This record gives sequence, structure tokens and C-alpha cells, in this order.
Amino acid sequence: MADVAAPLRRWSYASVSDKIADIVLARRASWPWVVAFLISMIGTVAFVGAIGWLFLRGIGIWGVNIPTAWGFAIANFVWWIGIGHAGTFISAILLLLRQTWRTSINRFAEAMTLFAAGIAGIFPILHLGRPWFFYWLVPYPNVMELWPQWRSALVWDIFAISTYLIVSLLFWYIGLVPDLATLRDRAGTRARQVVYGLLALGWRGEARHWARFETVYLLLAGLATPLVVSVHSVVSLDFAIAIVPGYHSTVFPPYFVAGALFSGFAMVLTLAIPLRHFFRLHDFITDRHLENAAKILLACGWIVAYGYFIETFTAFYSGDEFEIAMVKDRLLGFYGPVYWTVLACNIVVPQILWWRAARRSAWTLLAVSLVVNLGMWLERVMIVVQSMHHDFMPSAWGNFIPTVWDWITFFGSIAFFAFLFLLFVRALPAISIFEMRELVLEEKKS
Amino acid sequence: MSLYGVMAEFGGAEALLAAAREAHESGYGDIEAYSPFPIEGLPEATGFRRNWIPAIVLAGGLAGGIGGYLMQWYSAVLSYPINSGGKPPHSWPEFIPVTFELTVLVAAIAGVVGMLALNGLPRLYHPVFNVREFDLASRNRFFLCLRHADAQCARDFLRGLEPLGIWDVPV
Repeated sequence: MADVAAPLRRWSYASVSDKIADIVLARRASWPWVVAFLISMIGTVAFVGAIGWLFLRGIGIWGVNIPTAWGFAIANFVWWIGIGHAGTFISAILLLLRQTWRTSINRFAEAMTLFAAGIAGIFPILHLGRPWFFYWLVPYPNVMELWPQWRSALVWDIFAISTYLIVSLLFWYIGLVPDLATLRDRAGTRARQVVYGLLALGWRGEARHWARFETVYLLLAGLATPLVVSVHSVVSLDFAIAIVPGYHSTVFPPYFVAGALFSGFAMVLTLAIPLRHFFRLHDFITDRHLENAAKILLACGWIVAYGYFIETFTAFYSGDEFEIAMVKDRLLGFYGPVYWTVLACNIVVPQILWWRAARRSAWTLLAVSLVVNLGMWLERVMIVVQSMHHDFMPSAWGNFIPTVWDWITFFGSIAFFAFLFLLFVRALPAISIFEMRELVLEEKKS
Repeated sequence: MSLYGVMAEFGGAEALLAAAREAHESGYGDIEAYSPFPIEGLPEATGFRRNWIPAIVLAGGLAGGIGGYLMQWYSAVLSYPINSGGKPPHSWPEFIPVTFELTVLVAAIAGVVGMLALNGLPRLYHPVFNVREFDLASRNRFFLCLRHADAQCARDFLRGLEPLGIWDVPV
């Protein structure tokens, strides 16, 4: 991977530290950032407003009904939690595989994971009829002497999501501590010294501290690695454990995990390309990084395509008339256009990545990544909604049509994500500084 | 004025590593080395022997996994047995997801808390911060601090290592 680090030859410990730290400490907010921040803030206010209205009026403000009791809320949940997976993949699995090129993208990918998983965690609570009782899913001593139902996939889900959130937060924060110490020591104003100083926990870079730090960082990567596979597997069991045609399928766990990585790497590209453009980080986030991400995108895309194929094949191969009827409805029924758009976005468009020129063009990759994000969201909607709207009894069929509140909540969650990410790039180092110094050392040695 | 130790500043990782090794061989027992990134071999050169983190993480994982499974067993078999789909109360395959998640969760928390506790963090004030140049320890400079030694001898020894500078660290 020498050619990834090659642009680092121009950099020293000092200049690489100053460059990344000064994005936070010295650089004034540019107008594109201010505009983006204001727009995302308006969207965030709309998101909070939509949630407030939901809590006042109940889930009747959405388009959900019987039979389609799961609408956008669950689709958004599955989509957002999937986006987080690429961050964990980059920071944990690529660390264990000693892929040093991951160094310049792991920090913001972890932030992406944290924000996406946090937003995902909101949606199951929103869709509860009585959201103020969500903590009943957690085992705690209570006067009702009740316990959670351990055989329910929904209980597995809250354990999987909260574990994922907490482990991601620990991994991200522990990795940040040495860089927070850099910001503390470099901060020009008293207020910044105090804030970064408190967050840095008094880190001073002693050799024994580094030894324990490195061990725990590696072990956290090892612990996070099975989470890449397990979290979305558990999410998929919410569906696969049910008997609804279109949900009840053994291919779901790997199919969901591949889709998660697919949408996650698309989101990594969606964030990395503007980030490196606006903050001039071309020496750190190189074309090679984008190309590697594009290759993973292409590979995951084919696993997802296999999932689509095997789902359809199994339905006919099973001979089960309800499964066959569901697949026919998926292809040609009320939600047929959604299915064909999903295929176009997730299978057809990414094939452009076979061409090296496309993988090397940042703006082509940005366009492809946006298309894949859209395609994966539509896929989640298709799985959640279309399966339910056409189950066993014709008398129980019905359509889900999203209301304006469904759309505000969905777009509001995207705005909230952008809001958090924009704050992150201005308040914390978006690239791991101490790991970049290690790369500078390696580059010097070679 | 009592001293925390005597500190020398170096310009590179190799220089610090060599200095730490020489100090260790010269019989300085209490050596602290500060660097802006982890350096291979440096902890050992300052006398770091036993890394307890893996054992702590293992203990956390075992506690989380065993405790999590026992919690489910107790609640589903003894405290609140209910018939769900005709499955036996002790339907262990369905206890696996929560057992797995709690293993990972408790192991991760134990590792992070253990690392901070063994490192004595958070500790916002520390004598080494009194040295003005120490701000660069998180940027591009490397520091060696000799403790519990005769100050004059330590200064002379450090001067022989050709550092960029030598400072007394007040307590």
C-alpha cells in the first residue's frame, strides 16, 4: 500500500498535526459550510417538530395501517443502522488486517457509524404506539415482576443496537483521546484549552499508557468485528423470524449484512468526497482510497444482487403459493416500480465501477454513491412495506401510502445526520492525527 | 524546590528509544518516556513488564457472557416461565443473541475502564505539564523524564545523550 502513503513524503510530524488540527482550531467557517449548516439545522428543527407532533397525536399521522403496520419508521431504522456498518468495517476489520490506508478515513467513518446508529435507534422508539414505555424491553427490577421475552427478536434487537452504539462510541472516543490532547496543547484560547483538556482526560502520551492504549484499541477492534456481521443479522431476524411471505427467509442475515456494507460504503464516499474537496485533504484521502471503497462497493453490490436473485428463485422453488403470489406482486403489483428502481440503482448503475476511469473520478463516484444510497433506502422500504401489504388473505391486503409526516421524518433524519456531521468536522479532528504521524514515520523509514 | 524529575527533549522516535534504553542500562529505575504516537519497544525500554489489559477484557467478556446467560435462564425458567410457541422454558438457542451481545458489551467496557484506571486517567493535572515545551509532546517532540534520581547526575547523564534541551520538572 506504499503508493497510498506516498503523498505523505512531503509531510512531517509537525505539519501533519498542524494541518489536521487547524481545520478545527484556526480555519474560519467557509460559506459552503455555513450554508450547509443552516439548511441542516432547519431540517433538524423540522425533524424534532415532526417527532413532537407524533408524540402528541400518535402514529396515525403516518401512512401505516393494518395490514401495513410497519412503514417508513422501520425502513429508515434498517437503512440507517446499515449505513453504520461500513464505519465499523473500516475501523475494525481493516485495522486487524493491517490495511494502513484506512488510517485517514477511519475517524470520520466511525463518526458516521455513531451518528447513523444513533439516528437508527430513534426510529423503533418512534414507531411504538406508547413510546414512553420503550424501556420495558430492558431487564430491570420492576414492581410488575416482569421480564423481557428472551425468545423475541425485538428484545435481541435492543441488545444488539445498544451494544453496537456503546461499543462504537467507546472505540471512537478512545481513538480520539490522543488527538484531543493535541488540540488541547495547540488551542489558542482558554475556553478551548479547558474543553479539549477535559475531553482529553489528561492524556500525556507516556510509553506505558500508549502500550495499554494500543492493546485496548486492538481488542476493541476485535470485539467490534463480529458486530459488523451480528448487528444487521439480528435486525434481519426481526423479519426472518416472522411467517409473513417476503420476510420468512433464511437468506436474510447475509443479505442484510451485504446490503448494510453496500449502503455504508456508498455513504462513506458521499461524505469523503466533499470532505476532502472542501478541506483540501487530497494528500490524506487519496484517489486510491476512493478507488478501494469503490471496489468494495462493487463487490457488495453483487452479493446484494445475489440476494435479490435467490429470494425470487426460492419463492418459486418452494412452490409455496403465498410466496409466489408475493413475488409476483413485488414485480408487477402496486409497488412494482419501486422494485425495478431498486434493481436499476443497486445492480445496473454500480456496474460503471468496472471501469478504472469511473473509479478514479471523484464526481462519478459521488453520483454513484448517491444513487446507491437511494436504491438501498428503496430496498428497505420495499422489504418492509411490500411484503406486509400482500400477505395471505386477499381480504387483508392493503396499501401503505406515505403521508407528509412520513416524508418530513425521513428527510429530517437525513438533515439531522448532516447537522451532526457538519458539527463534527468543525469541532473534532476528522482524521486521526497520531496515526498519521505513525504513517509519516513509516514513510520516512522506507 | 523539590523536583518531580529531570526531563530531556528529543527530535525523533529513534533518539528517544535509544535514550530510554541507555538510561535503563545505566541503572535509572524510574523512567518515563513521552511521545506523540506509540513507538515499538519503548514501553519495554522504560521497564513496562506486564500488560493486564487482555486479561481484563477476557474477564469482562466471561462475566458478561456467563452473567447474561444466567440472567436469561433465571428469568425464563425460575422467575417468570411462560409458554411461547410450545418451546421449553430453557430454550437455549434463543438465549444466544443476548448472551453474545452482553459478552461483547461488558468486555469492551471492561477494557476501556481498565485501560483508563491502570493509566491513572482521567488526571487533568500532572507535573510534566509544568514544562512549557511539553506542549509539543502531542505534536512532534519526544521527551524522556528521569525520576527519583540525583538531579545533578541525571542532568549530566541526559546532556551526554545530546538532547534538544533539558528541564527540571517541578512538583
